[in-house]
Amino acid sequence: MIVLAFLVQALRIAVPYLFAAAGGVLCERSGVIALTLEGWMLTGAFSATLGSYYSGSAWAGLVCGVAGGLLAASLHALATVRYRADQVVVGIAANLLAVGATRFFLRLAFDSSSNSPRVSGFDWFAAVSGGGTSDGASLLSSLANPLVLLGMLSLPFVSWLLNGTPFGLRVRAVGERPDAAVSVGIHVGRVRWLAVLGAGALASLGGSYLALEQHQFTDSMTAGRGFIALAAVIFGNWEPRRVAVACALFAIAETLQIQLQGLQLIPSQFVEMIPYLLTIIALAGVVGRSVSPAALGRQVD
Amino acid sequence: MNVLRRLAPILAPLLALLIAAVVGDALILTFGQSPAAVYRLLVDGTLGNAYGIGQVIYKATTLACTGMAVALGLRAGLFNIGAEGQLAMGGFAAAVVGLLLPVGTPALLAVPVCLAGAALGGAAVGAVPGVLKARFGAHEVIVTIMLNFIVLAFLNWIVATRLHVPEQLHTPDIRAGAIGRLAGAFPAFHGSAANWTILVALAAAGFMAWHLFRTRQGYELRAVGLQPAAAESGGVHVGRVWLRTMTLAGAIAGLGGTNFVLGYKQYYEEGFAAGAGFIGIAVALVGRNHPVGVLLASLLFAVLSQGGLAVNAVVPKQMVDVLTAVVIIAVAVTVPEMQRLVRGAHGANR
Repeated sequence: MIVLAFLVQALRIAVPYLFAAAGGVLCERSGVIALTLEGWMLTGAFSATLGSYYSGSAWAGLVCGVAGGLLAASLHALATVRYRADQVVVGIAANLLAVGATRFFLRLAFDSSSNSPRVSGFDWFAAVSGGGTSDGASLLSSLANPLVLLGMLSLPFVSWLLNGTPFGLRVRAVGERPDAAVSVGIHVGRVRWLAVLGAGALASLGGSYLALEQHQFTDSMTAGRGFIALAAVIFGNWEPRRVAVACALFAIAETLQIQLQGLQLIPSQFVEMIPYLLTIIALAGVVGRSVSPAALGRQVD
Repeated sequence: MNVLRRLAPILAPLLALLIAAVVGDALILTFGQSPAAVYRLLVDGTLGNAYGIGQVIYKATTLACTGMAVALGLRAGLFNIGAEGQLAMGGFAAAVVGLLLPVGTPALLAVPVCLAGAALGGAAVGAVPGVLKARFGAHEVIVTIMLNFIVLAFLNWIVATRLHVPEQLHTPDIRAGAIGRLAGAFPAFHGSAANWTILVALAAAGFMAWHLFRTRQGYELRAVGLQPAAAESGGVHVGRVWLRTMTLAGAIAGLGGTNFVLGYKQYYEEGFAAGAGFIGIAVALVGRNHPVGVLLASLLFAVLSQGGLAVNAVVPKQMVDVLTAVVIIAVAVTVPEMQRLVRGAHGANR
C-alpha cells in the first residue's frame, strides 16, 4: 500500500511536467526556445479556473484553459516568428507578463490577491470512495481524471507526431536546417507557428490540471514547474522517451522529499536543486552531453 | 535618411513605451478608472514629492546594477539571465562580511571591504556560466536560468539553517559596513530608502563606459559581441572574453545587492532580489546596452515599480508588471523592425 501511495503521488506530481515537457519538445524541435512553458502553464491554470467557475463544469474549464494557453502562445509566435523578435527576450518577458496578468485579472475577477474561490474539478469517484487517504480505492480514484491519462499520453503523442507524421518531419527540418527546409518548399514560419501553438496548448493542459485538481487558482501556482519541465527537455536531450524518463525522475525525487520530510535526511532545498543541477551537468557534457536542435533560437528571414 | 538612421535607436524604445501606454489604458479601463487620473496618481506618487523621488532613487540603484550586468553581457553577445542570482549572492556576501567584521570597524575600511565581498560573491556566480560556455560550450541562457534556482535555494538553505534570526527569514544585523541614507544630508528624503549606494551604481556605470569604450579588453568584448568568428581570427581569445565578461557582469550585479543589505536594512533577507534581476533585462534593452541609457532606463522602471504602489488603491499594482513585460516584448519587436525599416529606406535611396 505504501508503494502504491508513493507511485500515485509521483504520478500526480509528474502529470504537469509531462504535459509541459511535451510542449517543450515540440516547440524546441521546431527551433523556437521554450522559455515560456511556465507562463503558458500559469495562463492555462488561470483561464481553466475562470472557465470552470463561470460554467460550473470542469470540461468547460479545460476548454478555456487550452484557449488561454493558445492565446498566450500566439502572442509568443506573433513576436518571435512573425516579427522575428529575440526568442530569449520574449520568452523571459512573457513569463513576467503571465505572472502580472494573472494577478491583475485575479483582482478583477475575484477581488483577491491570493486565490480564486473553489471551482469544480474532475471528481468522478469522490462520492464512491468517500474519505480516507490510505484507502486503495480513494488513491486510485484520484487518478480517475482525464488529464492524468492525457498527461501520460502527451509525450508518446509528441513522439508520434515528430517521428511518424509529415508534419513532424517538417518540424524537425525547420528546427535543424531551416534553409534546407525553405529550399524544398516548407513554409518555416507556418510550421513554427503551429509548433508554438501546440506547445502552448500542451503546457496549458498541465496548468489546467493543477488548477482543477486543487479546485482553485492560487497566485503563481505553477511555482517554477515550467522550468523543471524545460530542464527535463534538455536533460532528456529533446527525445520524447528520454524526456519522459527525466520527468519521472524529477517527480520521484520530489515525492521522496515529501515522504521523507520528517526524517530530515536531505534538506528540501537540495532536492529542489536536483533538476537544475542535472541539467547544467548534462549541458556541460560531463555525462552524455545534451545536443540541442541545430537551429534553436535562430531566426529565419 | 540620416536623421532617421540616427534617431532609430531612440525611436524604437519610445514606440515600445507608447504601445505599453495603450495596454496600460486598456487595463485601467477594465477597472472602470480614468487612465489620465491613474497616470497622474502614478507620477504624483513617484516624482511629485521628495519621499517618492527617494524611493525611485533607491529602486533605480539596484536596477541600474542588474541592468548593467545584463547590458555588459549583451555587448559580448551573451545573454545574462542570471542577474537575479548574482544580485542575491552579492547581497548575501556583503552581509556575511559585515557580520564577520568587528563592531566599530571604521566605515572607511568596512564599506569597501563589504563592497568587495559583494562584488566577489556576484562574480563567483557569474563566472560559472562563463566557464561552462568557454570550456564546454554550454548555452549561457539555460545555465544562468538554472543557476538562479540553485543559488536561491542554496541561500535559502544556509539562511534557514545557519544564519537566521529566530522566527525571521533574515540574517542578524551586520556589525560594520552600513552605508548611510541620503536623508542624512538631504532631510527632505526622510523616510525613503535612498542611500549612498547610488554612488556605487554611478561609479559602476563610469567603469563600464571606460571599460567598454576606452580599453583594449572592452574593444575585444565588443568585437566578440559583433562577430565572434571574426574576433577569433583577429587573435582574440573568445572563451577568455566570455569568462571575463560574465565574471564582471556578476560583480556589478553583486554590487547591486549592497543597496538593500548595506544601505537599507543592514541584513540579508530571503527574496530581497524580488525580480530585480529580470527587470534588469528590460533596463538593458530599453537602455540599448549603453551605460548612460541603462541609468536612464533604470529610473524609468523604478518610477513604474514605485508607481505601482502609488496607484494600488485604485488599480492593482500588478498593472506595472504587465506594463514592464509589454515594454520588453515591444522593444524586442520594434528594434529589429526599425533596423529593417532603416536598412530598407537606405537601400531604396541608393
